[in-house]
Amino acid sequence: MDLLIINGVVYDPINSVNGERMDIAVHNGKIVGHVNDSEAKVIDASNMLIMSGGVDIHSHIAGPKVNAGRLLRPEDHVNDFEVKGPFIRSGVGGSVPSTFTTGYRYARMGYTTVMEPATPPIKTRHTHDELNDTPIIDKACYILFGNNWFVLEYLKDNRVEDCAEYVSWILDALKGYAVKVVNPGGVEAWGWGENVRGIDDVVPNFGITPREIIRGLCKVNTLLGLPHSVHLHTNNLGRPGNYQTTLDTMRCVEDLADVDPILHITHCQFSSFKGDDWTNLTSAAPEISDYVNKHSHVTLDMGQIIFTETTTMTADGPHEYMIHGISGNKWVNLDIEAETGGGVVPYTYKPKSYVNATQWTIGLELALMIDDPWKIMLSTDHPNAGPFVEYPSIMSWLISKYARQKSLEKVNKKTLRRSHLSDLDRELSLSELIVMTRCSPSKALGLDKKGHLGVGADADIAIFDIDPMRVDTSKEYLKYDRAFRRAAYTIKDGIVVARNGEITTRHTGKTLWIKSGFPQEAFGSLINELRERFERYYTIQLDNYPIDESCLTNSKPVFTQSSLWS
Amino acid sequence: MMVQVKITAKKTLILPVDAEVITPDAIDSLSLSKVESLYVWEGNRRRPLGELFDVEFIDSDEDDALTLWVRGDLKSVRRIGSHMSFGRILIDGDVGMYLGENMKGGMIQVKGNAGSWLGSDMNAGLIEVLGDAGDFVGAPPRGLTRGMSGGRIHVKGSVGNECGCWMDDGVIIVDGDLGLFGGIHMRGGVILTRGNTLSRIGAGMVNGKVVVLGNVPSILPSFTFEEIRKSTRVGNDRVEGPFYMFSGDLAEDGKGRLYIAISENNHLHFIEKYLEVK
Repeated sequence: MDLLIINGVVYDPINSVNGERMDIAVHNGKIVGHVNDSEAKVIDASNMLIMSGGVDIHSHIAGPKVNAGRLLRPEDHVNDFEVKGPFIRSGVGGSVPSTFTTGYRYARMGYTTVMEPATPPIKTRHTHDELNDTPIIDKACYILFGNNWFVLEYLKDNRVEDCAEYVSWILDALKGYAVKVVNPGGVEAWGWGENVRGIDDVVPNFGITPREIIRGLCKVNTLLGLPHSVHLHTNNLGRPGNYQTTLDTMRCVEDLADVDPILHITHCQFSSFKGDDWTNLTSAAPEISDYVNKHSHVTLDMGQIIFTETTTMTADGPHEYMIHGISGNKWVNLDIEAETGGGVVPYTYKPKSYVNATQWTIGLELALMIDDPWKIMLSTDHPNAGPFVEYPSIMSWLISKYARQKSLEKVNKKTLRRSHLSDLDRELSLSELIVMTRCSPSKALGLDKKGHLGVGADADIAIFDIDPMRVDTSKEYLKYDRAFRRAAYTIKDGIVVARNGEITTRHTGKTLWIKSGFPQEAFGSLINELRERFERYYTIQLDNYPIDESCLTNSKPVFTQSSLWS
Repeated sequence: MMVQVKITAKKTLILPVDAEVITPDAIDSLSLSKVESLYVWEGNRRRPLGELFDVEFIDSDEDDALTLWVRGDLKSVRRIGSHMSFGRILIDGDVGMYLGENMKGGMIQVKGNAGSWLGSDMNAGLIEVLGDAGDFVGAPPRGLTRGMSGGRIHVKGSVGNECGCWMDDGVIIVDGDLGLFGGIHMRGGVILTRGNTLSRIGAGMVNGKVVVLGNVPSILPSFTFEEIRKSTRVGNDRVEGPFYMFSGDLAEDGKGRLYIAISENNHLHFIEKYLEVK
């Protein structure tokens, strides 16, 4: 059915629309210039704020460790649940919601595209099973490569093209979307109870350094022409003084960049710690933002802390062991065959804790000190730094200095004395906020049909019941907070999926994946090589490893052009 | 003059019923029709209380506390007395799981048996069960690591496994027997059983006290024998022994105490030789 949204105040930074009253027409799930008024369903959005649907570049919503988190924490679900309704299935919430609840809650906030950022190759079938059950939103998963034995061996022998062939085959066979690297080399070392402490430490048994892994995978990424850059969780993450490693990491790929960014440093807050130990931890946001302001080959996302009880989960096994040691909380450790590791630990971020409060300031400082909103995206690394339902709080802190001051009053006093946050006067405009939450992630992911409302774009639209012409972002941030928590309308593929917090229809979003440009016969020698290694090291046969396209409920292949085989 | 409320199940309830509204707190100062229209869950359906239960108000001048008389087949009725802070609930017959969960005051008496998670996570108040109780008496819901933090549970029959799991404070008294893992993960408080226990009492305990007047099949190897005590204190009462006193669980670096009656445990007499060594 056609849709016509009239009288709304539209913000669409990509098309230079900055708070203009205009109508939006939708036909066949796409935005068009004009529809027949008499046949279209008309939505009156008078005095409402219209923007494209939110795009979350990094949120752990599906896969083996997410499920391990659900199993580990029944107490997380006991008081927060969704009751079955006409269009929704029952489910539980908390910091690790069930799949259906995840879809509904994103849709209620006006988010329509979410990326699951870390799935071990062998467990990707599980991830897709969960993504199939995550309704409404479009989604995709990034595949972990940073500690994969095949990748480590190829790159050690400097066989970049063979590595590219392997990466391409994996993305195609397992229906992944991007190359994710978590603590390159460190998680492999964790298998031996060790870790790497910088990008030039040698990985045991492989004789390769994280620098070589990161550079190698960036070259692979460029060779394959993948839409997203390499999505990196840095070495030394979550340790005081790690900002040096982060700077080293960004510098080490400077020469490989062309026009587009080549590296995405994810949840950068956790990688921007200055100091020798936890007692003198301070923010390295000035150093990181200074570098990022001067260079264009990296993008970041925030990983902003929310003061709440949550569940940390990452493929960085040694990092989770450290959190388990600090908090004394229950812990799951995962070692996934020849591919990666992982861990899950519940954690509570407390405003009165010096370390937690400092972490909170780092995320916001990064977002405010990096001048270009296209370079930093909004995220909480859900659920690591906080559940995604708290995004509106972060938006309030970004658009209002007053909101930040209110929260600063409650944090640790030592943090307050040492932090730069209270000196920052910058308040993001709505356009900048929309760039951070919609445009920039879409661009980084190569989704040119998302993140804007121009003709031809996907009709993923969020309408909020607030008038930006009348309500001041800075002073009346609470009204924005309330509006962003519950979109008046969320439109996905031209269908109204949520209305004032109620889910109004059953809808299945698409699963995006990279279809390799390689002809299948090109993989012949690779397959033979893999088969031999599978026999020796894997618990499953190579023939059972690929996932057929029919396993995805709503498959949407993305075709790439590789310079390798043309 | 006070009103007393009689709540009687209309039929045998087969599906689980979540009836957290059957508490003095929820019913206090409501009219009869309001009480009947309070919602409970029967399976996955929301129903008014009046559809499953007959509710009757009786004027009474005897009592100063609001009293609920709950009767009928209540084996599948859960969460009665949830979060209650005052008054009394008298249950005539058996009752289901989570009776008195998060209770903050008042008193519950059960004439029959109670289900599992009796007094789950309770803070204060008194629960008395004349029959048996199920597993996880006083324990928090799965996953939480803080259990019963006050109050008193008295079971005149026996209880199931993991009684007092994660208990922080308060008193649990069992006149009958204790199942496996009595006082597991205990952080404080006291458990007394006048009957026998199955093995592994006090596993993972860090603090608190378990007193057993009957037979114990074995003591975990992570407990050390300290000394013989003549008697010990349970709440405000003194319980006469003599007891072997053990401390542990050393696997958790714990300082918990087990008091095991000497008279019923001949198989433990060998440890007395370690007294002389000391």
